[in-house]
Amino acid sequence: MEISVAWLRAVAPTIADDGEELGHRLSLQAVPVDKIELIGGELQDVVVGRVLRAEKHPNADRLTLCQVDAGGEPFEVVCGAPNVIEGASYPFIGPGGALPGGFVIERRKIRGVVSNGMLCSEQELGIGRDSAGILHLEDGPAPGTPIAEVLGLPDTRLTLDLTPNRVDLACHLGVARELAPAGVADISLPSLGASWDPEWVAGEDSAGTSGVTVRIDDPDRCFRYLAAVVRGVQVGPSPEWLQSRLRAVGARPINNVVDATNYVLLEANQPLHAFDLERLDGPEIRVRAAASGESLTTLDGESHELDSESTVIADASHPVALAGVMGGAESEVTAETSDVLVECAWFDAGHTRRTAERAGISTDASYRFERGIDEGGMAEALRRCVELILAAAGGEAERAAIRVGRPEAPAVEVGLRVARVRRVLGLRLSAEQIIGLLEPLGFGFEEEPAEGPETELLVRVPSWRGDVTREADLLEEVARRYGYDRFPDETRSFRPTTVPDDPVWFRRDRISRLLTACGFLEARGLPMVDAARAREDRVPLLHPLSATEAVLRTDLVPQLIDRLQHNFSRGRRAVRLFEIGTVFSKASAETEASDVRDAYREEVRVGLVMTGARQPDHWSSAGEDTDMWDLLGVTEQVAGLLPGVEIRPGHPVDAVPGFGFGGWLSDDRTAMFDGSEIIGAAGRVRGDAVDGPPWAGVVFAAEFRLSAVGVDTEPRYQELPTYPSTSRDLALSVPSDTPAAMVEAVIRSAGPAELVSVRPFDVYEGEASGEESRSIAWRLVFRAADRTLTDAEVETGVESIVTKLREELDVRVRKS
Amino acid sequence: MTSDGMSLRERLEGIRTSGLAAFTAAVDEEALESARVRYLGRSGELSAAMASLGGVPAEDRPAAGRLANEVKRELEAALEDRLSKVAVAEVASGASLDLSLPGRRTWVGGTHPVTQVIDEICEIFGELGFSRAAGPEIETDWYNFTALNIPLDHPAADMHDTFYLDDGVLLRTHTSPVQARIMMDGEPPIRILAPGLCYRRDAWDASHAPAFEQVEGLAVDEGIDFVEFRAAIAFFVRRFFGSGVKTRFRASYFPFTEPSAEVDVSCILCNASGCSACKGTGWVEIMGSGMVHPAVFEAVGLDAERYTGYAFGMGPARIAMLRYRIPDIRLLYEADAAFLEQFV
Ligand SMILES: [Zn+2]
Repeated sequence: MEISVAWLRAVAPTIADDGEELGHRLSLQAVPVDKIELIGGELQDVVVGRVLRAEKHPNADRLTLCQVDAGGEPFEVVCGAPNVIEGASYPFIGPGGALPGGFVIERRKIRGVVSNGMLCSEQELGIGRDSAGILHLEDGPAPGTPIAEVLGLPDTRLTLDLTPNRVDLACHLGVARELAPAGVADISLPSLGASWDPEWVAGEDSAGTSGVTVRIDDPDRCFRYLAAVVRGVQVGPSPEWLQSRLRAVGARPINNVVDATNYVLLEANQPLHAFDLERLDGPEIRVRAAASGESLTTLDGESHELDSESTVIADASHPVALAGVMGGAESEVTAETSDVLVECAWFDAGHTRRTAERAGISTDASYRFERGIDEGGMAEALRRCVELILAAAGGEAERAAIRVGRPEAPAVEVGLRVARVRRVLGLRLSAEQIIGLLEPLGFGFEEEPAEGPETELLVRVPSWRGDVTREADLLEEVARRYGYDRFPDETRSFRPTTVPDDPVWFRRDRISRLLTACGFLEARGLPMVDAARAREDRVPLLHPLSATEAVLRTDLVPQLIDRLQHNFSRGRRAVRLFEIGTVFSKASAETEASDVRDAYREEVRVGLVMTGARQPDHWSSAGEDTDMWDLLGVTEQVAGLLPGVEIRPGHPVDAVPGFGFGGWLSDDRTAMFDGSEIIGAAGRVRGDAVDGPPWAGVVFAAEFRLSAVGVDTEPRYQELPTYPSTSRDLALSVPSDTPAAMVEAVIRSAGPAELVSVRPFDVYEGEASGEESRSIAWRLVFRAADRTLTDAEVETGVESIVTKLREELDVRVRKS
Repeated sequence: MTSDGMSLRERLEGIRTSGLAAFTAAVDEEALESARVRYLGRSGELSAAMASLGGVPAEDRPAAGRLANEVKRELEAALEDRLSKVAVAEVASGASLDLSLPGRRTWVGGTHPVTQVIDEICEIFGELGFSRAAGPEIETDWYNFTALNIPLDHPAADMHDTFYLDDGVLLRTHTSPVQARIMMDGEPPIRILAPGLCYRRDAWDASHAPAFEQVEGLAVDEGIDFVEFRAAIAFFVRRFFGSGVKTRFRASYFPFTEPSAEVDVSCILCNASGCSACKGTGWVEIMGSGMVHPAVFEAVGLDAERYTGYAFGMGPARIAMLRYRIPDIRLLYEADAAFLEQFV
């Protein structure tokens, strides 16, 4: 929404602050101001130039040779604009003058003819967007008059970013109420140069309205319809002041009738529409639902197929306008129009929204109807529009004006307790102070309100503030009019929350601490992915932005692999990434749906990927790549945070419900079990699941549920050993199909209580170890808490281990 | 046995004893080298002794020769052994290495810059008694809109270009539904933060993404007023951005707060003198906030007369971009290791 400060001053002459100050104030107390622009501030060299003579350039078809009177000796000027007319006036800048932005106009030869200056378009002057032709000045101002004087410049344009509640600020009247020192008391609308004093009649009475009838067929769609008839208008360009007003806020002047409706829209927020009365069959106005099969071509030339969802204005036979949205092309006011019917209506927000949505257009009118207009200002808006048409286009207004629909409602009254101001805002304001803050905005109060904290003020809400319906709304008015930055800087004591931390955060902290210590960088991914990157039970978006972001991710690792590929494409080979994020799927069919959300599952997972050098490159050695043992090590350390979770190497995980391991995991893998349930897996990523360059290393990955991470895992001090330990090495010949973990389990079960550690320290698989077996060397550490173990005790322990290994697993001690 | 023979044997034994002692005593390569020259060098003591072998009587010569060779081997072995030990010692002491070469490093991980901002926000509000809550990302339109005083058929819903999954089911457009869930589950005093992802149908560009992080805050109790709300936010801004940064509250509109306020901080990039990040205004918007709207209390079943409170929501990604001067939001989600390493 664009607001002209000059226009504001025309509406409320007491507004004295400059544009910067006004914009600043508005942005602090009402709505954001995106831009504050000075327009026409550098036009000192531009004057009115009248074209005395215009003839074709001798050497160029598209150029015109003009003699321009700019108040002194005429200038010979070459003009390239298509719209230059002999006798008309335009902005003119002579040789040596500078345009806004500093561009200096020089005397120069154009196709063999010297041009002494330039006739300007509104864009060249920096006051509008039209660059198609030079700016035609109406009303023949005196040549040589400074252009700023003619155009009412300089001015400041404020661009407001309106919030949905403050549609009342979509017009100059509304902004002036907010900014004028005394608010509504300072409003004094400028006279428009004509007057009209209507006599209101009901719409069905065509006798009283020179044959025009108006009917609202569907009172849910249109609450009130006012109409006036002006006969014998001369449609043509608007006077310069009116065009300047519109131009200043970025609106395009069209003709004096349409400009009058737009002027009142921008002054008082009331959308108005002018029909060519002769084009209305009947003449009759009916507000009704469209019938399916009907169609309408709107002013913008678009044709719309209609149905009963759309509301239309129809004449006796067919639709002539989309109600509250846009008029029809057929009944448009044109140069030939002589009689006009001016509509001033109040359409329902929801129906206007649907009509606009169905037509795929949003207009200044629909924007306002969707948010609510000032129903109390309708009659005044129509009066000003008719007066402006009379002043700008001439003609005669019918005395009788039509009014159908709801009568004006009495003002809404809302109670405001002085004590509540103190309780919610923390301000000790008296009733008088509160009234002083709200009255300028148009809020009404009883004559003699009682004083004291128990007072409840009965506040009459002005008709343009439909957003104020309850006490909280008034509290906001008090707070912002008081000024948010004027509140005292006091601290209050507070009670700590009774809501404990959600365990998800504790878990996240623990996992994140471990993985960053292991050299992993945290990635954050957005959960929308390509369907090909997700499982069958994925959740699609109804209206995705693109095919590559069409569904919600079902697993983290596929997306992390994509991120690895991004790193590969940047030439990076060694990467360790982890992510803690949400994955989504459809719930299985048997789930009882008591809530619509039950059809979906979401859970927080941890995913990690690692590839490339195990350590950063160093000149001292070639370095080794990350391998399965690195991943397994990380997985073991992670498992240390997952109480009750055990790792089962090699366990098949291709078809675990809720996980997409089958999509990327190779046979080198380990499952993470919580009881009988698989909660994650880790392993080597299959080559076909990574689209990497030839130099990329093998990729390893893991994914598991964050919920498996223990919350109640505070460390408990264990007494440190005071007696020395004794270690024994055992080189075992282990059959190839016997897993090391099984050997370890037997060692642990056969060993004495003093066996405190069992670790393999060498694994040898080769010809020397025999075809069917391999050699695994174990270091066993024995220690007692209360004494130094004797050699004999240790030997006895080792012997029972060796015996049991032989008996249970056919594992024997290798003879060296 | 001649006296000469005797003297040569004694001389060789002496060389053995003193040579071994000299090698053992040498603490660095330099000392070891001078000991080598003295005993094993071409004109060293052992060479000199062996040169005198010709003067030994013929019958004693083989024994003396064997002894000389034995001493030579023993000294050479001792030298070799000592040399390796001295080398190790020297590596350890660092002497004579080119320490201008880079050292050996390990991979160092780190959390994402947005996570770091979220964690810091939680820490600071933690000091004001806030705990951390969580809620689902798939929401119903009741929690996302209705409970928060946003009628579904109202222009306010335009501010949320929503990803729907099904009729009435959507990806939350803000973290505010967590407010409703917490208030329905518990009794005041409530002071919670809810960091998480939200979704809006915004196409990717330098400053927009179809999903983004938000940190929601909610405080509800008896007696919380606008003054306390302002003080809490101002405390946060001072702690997060530094005491030199100014805070400004602007009137705004959110259906679930009233009065509503947008909070700006003075631009940290240009020291409030105006730059592209603050669009020349010297101020940067960091959060939307306000007093909890009574309609929200009514929707979740809390007594709107008894309880008051404040709520706020901020975008840690935007704050991270501002704080770390990150020019494009897409950098945050590419997981480029070279980018992430800058924040370790
Ligand atoms: Zn700045």
